[in-house]
Amino acid sequence: MATTTPSKPSKAADTARDNRAKLLERAMSRHSYSGDALIEVLHTAQELYGFLTPDLLKSIARKLRLPPSRVLGVATFYHFFSLEPKGEHSYIVCLGTACYVKGALGLLETLERRCAKAGRTSPDGKVSVNSARCIGACGLAPAVIRDGEIVGRLTPRQVTEDLDRIGVK
Amino acid sequence: MSVKTLTIDGKMVTGIAGETIFNVAWNSGVRIPRLCHVGGVSDVGACRLCLVEIEGQKKLMASCMTNVEEGMVVRTNTERLQSHRRLILELLFAERNHICAVCVMNGQCELQDMAEELGMDHVRMRYLFPKLEVDTSHERFGLDHNRCILCTRCVRVCDEVEGAHTWDLKGRGVNSLIIADLGEPWGQSDTCTSCGKCVQVCPTGALFSKGRTVGEMRKDRRFLKYIVTAREKHQWIR
Amino acid sequence: MTIEELSDIQEQEQARQQKLANRIYCCTAAGCVSCGADRVRQSLHAEVKKAGLQEQVEVCGSGCMGLCSQGPLVRSAADDALYGHVSPEEAAALVSGNPVDRQLLAGKRIDTTAPFFALQHKIVLANSGVMDPEILNDYIAVGGYQALAHAVTELSPPEVIEEIKQSGLRGRGGAGYPTGLKWELVAKQSSQIKYVVCNADEGDPGAFMDRSVLEGDPHRVLEGMALAGYAVGAQQGYIYVRGEYGLAIQRLQTAIKQAERADLLGNRVLGTGFQFRVDLRIGAGAFVCGEETALIASIEGKRGQPRQRPPYPPESGLWERPTLINNVETFANIPPIIAKGGEWFASIGTAGSKGTKVFALAGKIVNTGLIEAPMGASLRTIIFDIGGGIPDGGRFKAAQTGGPSGGCIPEQFLDVPVDYESLAKIGSIMGSGGLIVMDESSDMVDVARFFMEFCMDESCGKCIPCRVGTVQMHDILARMTRGEGTPADLDMLEQLCTLLRETSLCGLGQTAPNPVLSTLRFFRHEYDAKLAASRGGAQ
Repeated sequence: MATTTPSKPSKAADTARDNRAKLLERAMSRHSYSGDALIEVLHTAQELYGFLTPDLLKSIARKLRLPPSRVLGVATFYHFFSLEPKGEHSYIVCLGTACYVKGALGLLETLERRCAKAGRTSPDGKVSVNSARCIGACGLAPAVIRDGEIVGRLTPRQVTEDLDRIGVK
Repeated sequence: MSVKTLTIDGKMVTGIAGETIFNVAWNSGVRIPRLCHVGGVSDVGACRLCLVEIEGQKKLMASCMTNVEEGMVVRTNTERLQSHRRLILELLFAERNHICAVCVMNGQCELQDMAEELGMDHVRMRYLFPKLEVDTSHERFGLDHNRCILCTRCVRVCDEVEGAHTWDLKGRGVNSLIIADLGEPWGQSDTCTSCGKCVQVCPTGALFSKGRTVGEMRKDRRFLKYIVTAREKHQWIR
Repeated sequence: MTIEELSDIQEQEQARQQKLANRIYCCTAAGCVSCGADRVRQSLHAEVKKAGLQEQVEVCGSGCMGLCSQGPLVRSAADDALYGHVSPEEAAALVSGNPVDRQLLAGKRIDTTAPFFALQHKIVLANSGVMDPEILNDYIAVGGYQALAHAVTELSPPEVIEEIKQSGLRGRGGAGYPTGLKWELVAKQSSQIKYVVCNADEGDPGAFMDRSVLEGDPHRVLEGMALAGYAVGAQQGYIYVRGEYGLAIQRLQTAIKQAERADLLGNRVLGTGFQFRVDLRIGAGAFVCGEETALIASIEGKRGQPRQRPPYPPESGLWERPTLINNVETFANIPPIIAKGGEWFASIGTAGSKGTKVFALAGKIVNTGLIEAPMGASLRTIIFDIGGGIPDGGRFKAAQTGGPSGGCIPEQFLDVPVDYESLAKIGSIMGSGGLIVMDESSDMVDVARFFMEFCMDESCGKCIPCRVGTVQMHDILARMTRGEGTPADLDMLEQLCTLLRETSLCGLGQTAPNPVLSTLRFFRHEYDAKLAASRGGAQ
């Protein structure tokens, strides 16, 4: 899950932006603009832009010749797609049974209390909180993916300390 | 066209191969309850009210999605089915806001009719009562999500008959919502042709014509049959 | 690549590996990677270079070696020794052939004669720890693609199906439908276009068998799919893999490219007229897509909502064409069955359930990790002998199999053989193989609530019983765990269980009540105690 955060306007950023549109176009043409490839295209779009804006969805709908409502319907059906920008930091709490048995709900509860409900980003844009069904690191339960890295055997206290460290109020 | 003979609720009936149990039953006077089915558009088998028992099959089958077979023995109204249907209605009534006394469809609502017909007179579970929007941005029609039962009749009629596909579903599970285009207010939709077919097929007061007050909304579903039949038989060709 | 070339590569690679003084396998599965296996591997590479042993000692990756709780795991082939909790500093001692250096590692050596290893029977996981999943020649060296070569040259498609039927293999995704019969159904269809789909949308919380197979032995799955394609007459395959499985996706992409380049997939498989292509489809986070009709909708780019069956996918599936859908572990069983014969496979397991089953052990158990046991082994063997029992002197309370569609098995059934029929009899299911152990600290009403919450979140919303029923059931269970339940709640809970089981559109809703039903059946006293407590509180 590569996230590209929109950076300050500069020449380099402009070319990067052009590139993103080009890369998205290429992904759609690879699937010969078939509506069946909608999910593949949304994956690519999210990888490039970080999240899916209404404009992005609209242009995908037009290019793939799909009704806009169907595109939004698909984008909101799957939890992987995000329609709002991601926070600076991301916490994905594994809620697989193994993690649950070892107290993952306590970790999520701490994050939700301090930052945002699962699936949302804190109002200050600092932290995105998410839950996952099972990240397959059952040996490390309870596990959290923090900024893309798996951290295992966590306690709510460690999470609290971690949040203090990155300056969450 | 081969003819299939079967038994529905002890009555010998005949249907044509490819016809659904639901259609054959209604044609022979057996009224199977339904909410998501509407004649003229495809079926999805989502409301589960039309489930029937078929002898020799463990599972209950949605009669609107199951074709008739020779020698089938179908039961549409057993004690078990009735109790399931009542409980499904209870779930629906508890899901959103279905207070009939303040609804434009009071007295004409299919959900209300179903409850009456099936004897569901009270709800034994917690009302979820989510606070949902009422979209009155369209100049002629309104959409009250609080009355919506997510039967998707509007989605299907808009896609299959009008060919606009303005409507679809957003989200999933109990958080699903009917949306126009990219979720913008209905009045701003680019694709909507304001044909009003969705309003006519909506079983409840979720889609309504503006300017109607409590109990005043009337809907006409027969138009669909005319359009579909005319289309199939090419009656519009000069 | 032709069949002759395949055999040549196999011989050459085997000879090359034998000439090496040592081959060190570093586990590259997600569990070990997350506790630092990459650093160990880098350090091993550096040490080999430092010692100037590039020609003699090879460091490579390996699939999951099972004991995830002791990662990072490293296996040294020369002395067949397995080491756990390896740190990068210990790389030098591992690389060195000197027994004195090795002595330093004695404390980290894992006894491979222990029950954890001795009681396992590896078919699907046979290659873990003996080959690098990212190197095609490694797979060929252990006999990979020989089954495919044998089939396309010496067997007719019906003969392949006959072999699978004879093996008694049943679908490993949960329901246990006989694989051979399913293949035959698809083969019978007259359509020119057919599809083979590998369901890798492993969604049960606590299950990571398929992920491990895809990460550790991707070519085996591709070979299984190609065999299926040959048998049923399909030329296109899809693997629908969970978006969360980044490493598995990467390995599959590599493997597909390698196989296409070597003509093991593509327009002329092994130089014959048989064509078979495989494409990847990445899921986007919806558990319901494990249900086959929802999976089909998702591959077609739609909302992953199931539809009523019949028609079943073998008659009308992907784009309304006949479609064969099996899960990862099922396909992984195919190559050995074709290579060694259906009879060999049928000799393992019980009367109704043949072969082995991979389980992911997790929860309150000493040996968290991946194991493969013959069908019919008892839960006691799996949990206490292979799994090492409950840690910290805890007491076993229940084992949960089958994820949110399964049930909780109490202590009195520990000796029941684990096979499809026996588990169904005690209110659970085989499921895909997640096995979560719970000790006395688990509150069974809360366990039921946990699974109901899962089903509620994952319900697609199409049919009313599942969409709203799961919410109401979760509501009741949540109130009960808080001590606010009433006897009327319990009564309604049971009514809703029946409703969902009998009227839901797909398997997700139909089986959602199972955790409630099984905890009600075996741990009813816990529900009663909660009710009594809430009555007490009201007074």
